[in-house]
Amino acid sequence: MIFTLDSYQMKLSEIENHLGKFKVGIAGAGGLGSNCAVALARSGIGTLVIADFDKVEPANLTRQYYFRNQIGMMKADALRDNIHSIRPELNVLIHKVRLDRANIPSVFAGCNVIVEAFDRSDMKEMLIETVQGRMPQVPLIVGSGMAGWGNNELLNFRHIDESLYVCGDEVSEASDELPPLAPRVGIVANMQANTVLEILMKFQ
Amino acid sequence: MKIILNNREEEFEKDTITVSEMLDLKMFTFRMRIIKINGELIPKDKYSTAIIHDGDNIQMFYLMSGG
Repeated sequence: MIFTLDSYQMKLSEIENHLGKFKVGIAGAGGLGSNCAVALARSGIGTLVIADFDKVEPANLTRQYYFRNQIGMMKADALRDNIHSIRPELNVLIHKVRLDRANIPSVFAGCNVIVEAFDRSDMKEMLIETVQGRMPQVPLIVGSGMAGWGNNELLNFRHIDESLYVCGDEVSEASDELPPLAPRVGIVANMQANTVLEILMKFQ
Repeated sequence: MKIILNNREEEFEKDTITVSEMLDLKMFTFRMRIIKINGELIPKDKYSTAIIHDGDNIQMFYLMSGG
């Protein structure tokens, strides 16, 4: 995207009014999903659909948008609370289910964009195959490669085509020896949110 | 034949190859990946039957755990 003078000539209230018309799906509410959802909420996205079946654990606080007093809560509930602490007027629809090929189209029905925010690569593959196969008109933003620290210059964005975008370094796999840490996870989550805005700002 | 793989031209001796053959020839061994041929996603179970033709545009990226 090339910034022209025109693209800057929009007041924040106009941007928020525009973004308020749209619905964005977040598949997973871990490091990517929680941080991405909060960035989208702050930007004024009208409706967020959040799907996650996990509970907040102490180890999640290293990088996920939760607080100590939320340990033990369902992440979907905790994230909805946190979003409503920022913007009470936002619509947050939560689905406390394990996403699979059968339920993805109904959970994210009506979403203008979907953010892939899973931890495991086999789940990422399943979501990409399902959304691209069953909902090919909905842009999907994938996060791949964000473990470790440093290497800012490797964090990359790829516009595969009009329905598929990838954020991350595409090489650093999370493991016990290369854990995901808050800065790089947060950067990629915010790159995904930034991509959502870029797509939606072009929508009428 | 010539194809475009991730925006770079690649040349193969045969007239057509399957996705599996391309992965072998390029020695791409990491298993978790997404491949699109001319914008169409090829599921993993179709790698041995999906055919790549001259002029095709292949997009590929790797899926890393973490998030």
